[in-house]
Amino acid sequence: MVAHEERTPVDPRIRVDVRLLDRLMNLVGELVLARNQLLQNASSSPDNALVSTCQRLNLITTELQEGVMKTRMQPIENVWNRFPRVVRDLSQLCGKAVKLEMEGASTELDKTIIEAIGDPLTHLVRNSVDHGIETPEQRAAAGKQASGTLRLRAYHEGGRVNIEISDDGRGIDAERVKSRALERGLITPERAHALLPHEVHGLLFLPGFSTAEKVTNISGRGVGLDVVKSNIERLGGSVDIDSQFGRGTTFRIRIPLTLAIIPALVVGAHGERFAIPQVNLVELLRLDVEQVKTAIERIHGVPVYRLRGNLLPLVELGSVLELGPERAPRDVNMIVLQADERQFGLLVDDIFDTEEIVVKPLGRELKGLSTYAGATIMGDGKVALILDVVGLAERAGVAAAERQIARESVDRSVVRSADTQLLLLFRSGASSRMAIPLESVARLEEFSRARVEHVGGDDVVQYRGEILPLVYLSEVFGEARAENDTLQVLVHSHGNRHVGLVVDAIEDVIEQELTATRRGGRAGTLGSAVIQGRVTEILDAEAVRGLVGG
Amino acid sequence: MSVTTTSQLCTFTVDDLFFGVEVTKVQEVLRFQPMTRVPLAPGMISGLINLRGQIVTAVDLRACLGLAPRGDGEPPMNVVIRGSESSVSLLVDTIGDVIEVSSDSFEPPPSTMRAAHRHMIASICKLPRQLLLVLIPERVLLLTQASETAGRAAGSAR
Repeated sequence: MVAHEERTPVDPRIRVDVRLLDRLMNLVGELVLARNQLLQNASSSPDNALVSTCQRLNLITTELQEGVMKTRMQPIENVWNRFPRVVRDLSQLCGKAVKLEMEGASTELDKTIIEAIGDPLTHLVRNSVDHGIETPEQRAAAGKQASGTLRLRAYHEGGRVNIEISDDGRGIDAERVKSRALERGLITPERAHALLPHEVHGLLFLPGFSTAEKVTNISGRGVGLDVVKSNIERLGGSVDIDSQFGRGTTFRIRIPLTLAIIPALVVGAHGERFAIPQVNLVELLRLDVEQVKTAIERIHGVPVYRLRGNLLPLVELGSVLELGPERAPRDVNMIVLQADERQFGLLVDDIFDTEEIVVKPLGRELKGLSTYAGATIMGDGKVALILDVVGLAERAGVAAAERQIARESVDRSVVRSADTQLLLLFRSGASSRMAIPLESVARLEEFSRARVEHVGGDDVVQYRGEILPLVYLSEVFGEARAENDTLQVLVHSHGNRHVGLVVDAIEDVIEQELTATRRGGRAGTLGSAVIQGRVTEILDAEAVRGLVGG
Repeated sequence: MSVTTTSQLCTFTVDDLFFGVEVTKVQEVLRFQPMTRVPLAPGMISGLINLRGQIVTAVDLRACLGLAPRGDGEPPMNVVIRGSESSVSLLVDTIGDVIEVSSDSFEPPPSTMRAAHRHMIASICKLPRQLLLVLIPERVLLLTQASETAGRAAGSAR
């Protein structure tokens, strides 16, 4: 031993076959399982020595697991070390002077991610040199240093790794991006008008987009930023652009540290368990049988749910995966999931727990099934499939990403245009759905029936030191008055006089362009409009007041 | 002129058929293992098995050969085949002995067998009391993959 220590120090590293590390990883996974089972059995044992040994085993296993995980980590330098050459060659080719700066090259990522991130990063670097940074003459004209700077930065943040690629080049010309998107028919003129700056940047990620005047053999190789984006998203990451015209552009990539162990939500449907990667999760909702019957509406047989005013397409896990026959309505759990740009609600029977799961690939025989991202072994030793949310959305036919973006922008532009209004949706009478412009409602109140007094054949309540006459809308429209214990009242004001419009239930407040059609409009209404896919009567509060002589 | 060699075969039965697979290709033989079914997968894939931390796809040979499904009270045995990337388990009815056969007892499968099935058989070995079908496990997997691809094509054409 002594003789060894006196030798000249050698490289403290050794080369290890990756397959050996993978095998170690598997064995540690097994050890974790065995540990879990042992802990379960030991917890009920009266033998204290056994219990304390188990606890020690527990600690050692956890540390071993972390240690083996670390052996798979590699510094991002391994990808970055090719960039000085890429940038030098490319800048010479384009006649540009580019200085490359790197920060955080020792930031570590799992081997699989390091391997997969190389191509998208290279694409972005080439893109920055080719499109971002100007020629020395252009830079001089803009009052900048002759040589441009390309900065790569990597750092850990909240269990993820951020990678930034920023240049001090010409930045993104929002107008040119818009006109190019229009040319390519990617967006409509109305939509182009309404886009916010960051949404304009988002257009760059649409398939088929390129602002390059001519296709160069450098970055315009027909492979667009959309591919970069989808490659990064496949790793469970995200990418966004921050750009100031004339000042420079920053691409910011956020990726998980590892793909080997991910946090996931374990759910159940038809007695089977599935894991959903946490990155796709937006929120969870529980609906009981009654809510399932009422809150889940169907548009031509397709179930949807109104989530804070937006229609959310619903997908039942059991039917997408053809797990079994359709069943009678029952309590369900809804998981709102984000896949690319689309959002949808997944209906499952049970939600079990969130767990750190070890992702294992499926065999070659099953690679073709896009609905699964892999499989994992649960605490009880059984195998559970990991759902691929994007694949699932595709299988269920949830609207393609682009259409979704289009729809959202349309929604937003509508909000901004002058003829949109905030509408209050409510129910009056048994089935009739009505809306009233929110601006003609001063307040929403709830009165208990006991507070209602009768004066000269009219119902009134004392309200803020005044007498508020009540108008039962269902009566106005010739239906029976609902005998609820509490009255839902819309207080409508004209001048300094108020009238309380009694409705059966207040449903929602939405923003919508109001184009009522006179046809079929009853007295007291402005007509009907299609709101959220349902025909809705628009109440004319003034007219109602006239009808009851208020 | 032919040189007689011998090979060792791991044998098993499926329905009334007697099969053999070269022992070098067999990783291990297991009793019935609990399986997790894979929704949307082709019918011949019975599920996934946890084999000491390795996830192994179980392929039902009965389904591959177009035979009637196994009865409820007859749990299948697993013949785990070593693959280049991952292992696959063939579900069979019963496990037999490892036998040694000489190459001169081999004959090609009869041309009257269904092509899809004949494709999986390397040769027929004439044992004194019965015939042994020497299976090519890779071909079984190939067939599984092919049917899976076909299934997907049909699915997307809908």
